[in-house]
Amino acid sequence: MRTFHGRVVVPGTCTAEALVSRGGFNTLASYQMALMFGDKKVKCGDQNNPDIYKKPMIGKALCLPMTIGSTTGGMVLYAACSLHKQPACMLFSKHIDSLAASGAILGDVWTDQNMPVIDQLGDEFLEYVQTGMKVTVAADGAVTVE
Amino acid sequence: MHLTPEQQALLDGSQGEVMAKVVKTLVMYGETFGAERMTPVTSTYGHTVISFGLGVMKPIYDLYDTILDAGIPAGQKFTADPRPLDPNVPASALENLVFKRFMYNQQARYEAQLKRLGVTGDDGYTCACYFDEVGNTPKRGDVLSWAESSAVVYANSVIGARCNRNSGIIELMGSIAGFVPEFGLLTDEGRKATWVVELRCKTRPEPQLLGSAIGMKVMEDVPYIRGLDKWLGTELNDAAKDYLKDFGAATASNGAVGLYHIENLTPEAKDLGEDIIAQNAKSFVVDDMVLEQTRKNYPVIWKDPDVAPKLCFVGCPHMSLSQLKDWTDAVEAGLKESGRDQVAIPTVFTAPVPVIKEFEKTPYAARLSKTGVVVSYICPLMYMNNPLCKSKAVITSSNKLRTYTSARYYTEADILKLITGKEAAK
Repeated sequence: MRTFHGRVVVPGTCTAEALVSRGGFNTLASYQMALMFGDKKVKCGDQNNPDIYKKPMIGKALCLPMTIGSTTGGMVLYAACSLHKQPACMLFSKHIDSLAASGAILGDVWTDQNMPVIDQLGDEFLEYVQTGMKVTVAADGAVTVE
Repeated sequence: MHLTPEQQALLDGSQGEVMAKVVKTLVMYGETFGAERMTPVTSTYGHTVISFGLGVMKPIYDLYDTILDAGIPAGQKFTADPRPLDPNVPASALENLVFKRFMYNQQARYEAQLKRLGVTGDDGYTCACYFDEVGNTPKRGDVLSWAESSAVVYANSVIGARCNRNSGIIELMGSIAGFVPEFGLLTDEGRKATWVVELRCKTRPEPQLLGSAIGMKVMEDVPYIRGLDKWLGTELNDAAKDYLKDFGAATASNGAVGLYHIENLTPEAKDLGEDIIAQNAKSFVVDDMVLEQTRKNYPVIWKDPDVAPKLCFVGCPHMSLSQLKDWTDAVEAGLKESGRDQVAIPTVFTAPVPVIKEFEKTPYAARLSKTGVVVSYICPLMYMNNPLCKSKAVITSSNKLRTYTSARYYTEADILKLITGKEAAK
């Protein structure tokens, strides 16, 4: 078990199973098919991301370095939050990028959903955490992985 | 963040709760990136990435209704990404049913919202809003509130305007408020190159392949590229701008690049030279082998990789007038060599409506029409966002389209061989 400390972007607490993307998480490519066709498990549709391709994303602790790709990314995250199909939390090893930040903030300000977002957890966090591990997010930005 | 008294009043609700939430969103967005103040949007027009009325994205249109119903004064006018539907593009009866009944059933509602919010007009739907014919060409140094990754990277890099990689919705909020948080690519420091890319290719690199390789390597960073002026020259003429449009789109979609500098060519690289490179910039060498390996790593997700292509898209991002003319010449020449009158694969070239109107004034339009190629204003990415396309073998020279859909990527030269019947797909 290890605990990592990051910066709170959107406050909140949760415990969830980790889903780890070692490379950049392409929000549009990951979500578009699942959202469009009502996939209840919200399986990742990004063929270029072998870490999480076809794996369910809903309710997971999504661990990633950053998001990449289309500038619809934030809008897609906002839609996922509004439709209650968001991950349990998003945990960034690096500084959050502008698209993910937009989606997280839009979800926080304009919906009643809570998706805690922590960034700057460090490269070691992403090296340590594995898909399937239990992740607990505390209110102060501490992330415990076991 | 230090707000002006006017901005603080908006945040405190002087224009109502909804406007306060718009400003709160922008403040939180800026604070996440250490912005210390808001800066005015100075461009004439904005640009929104959201052009589609997708049923599943209903929460977004509900949010826009909330903004409109609150009676918030309209912000700057804006262009929007291409429309998702065009009856001229080949589609089966089943696809048309899926498009209209199930997927884009919010299109009419959303376009009505865009009119009220300030879209420039029916011709304002394109991802390449910066073309002269479209008229949303910012000036160097303008601060923009745009989204659309390919347009943002073009505006920053080729024009020298200043825009962050904003998300859809946020960009409209910046246009409504008239200010955006100052951070990242809006600052001199944020525009410095943190990578130096050295090109050692023996032939002119394919723009969308080079962009892909660099985007995947540098991700969200700013690359300074040496050696491309060898092929593009040192003036931003039509050919160079077309190349950089396609190159940039690939850097932005395969990675998250919002700005690049091309040595001796793009405005800031020309003015500042190597002073624009940050200390301790990382380095990356691109040669023909790197490009070939990049291409080989693309997955082919067609059910049957050997099936004959059913459709070809060229123009993601939208083609320019000069590209339409050049491709017309190339398709005609290719058909002549293969002894055909018309293309071997149904093919769609996409371009903005104002460019298509200009194209139609030239003799090229009739010549291209004779080859069987369809010219459309559609967004190929939106067209392909349906489950039926998963089993449809679509080919493209667009690395952006490849990234987001099941379309298979080929170089422009290979696409030309395939559509003119000079070569079968492998």
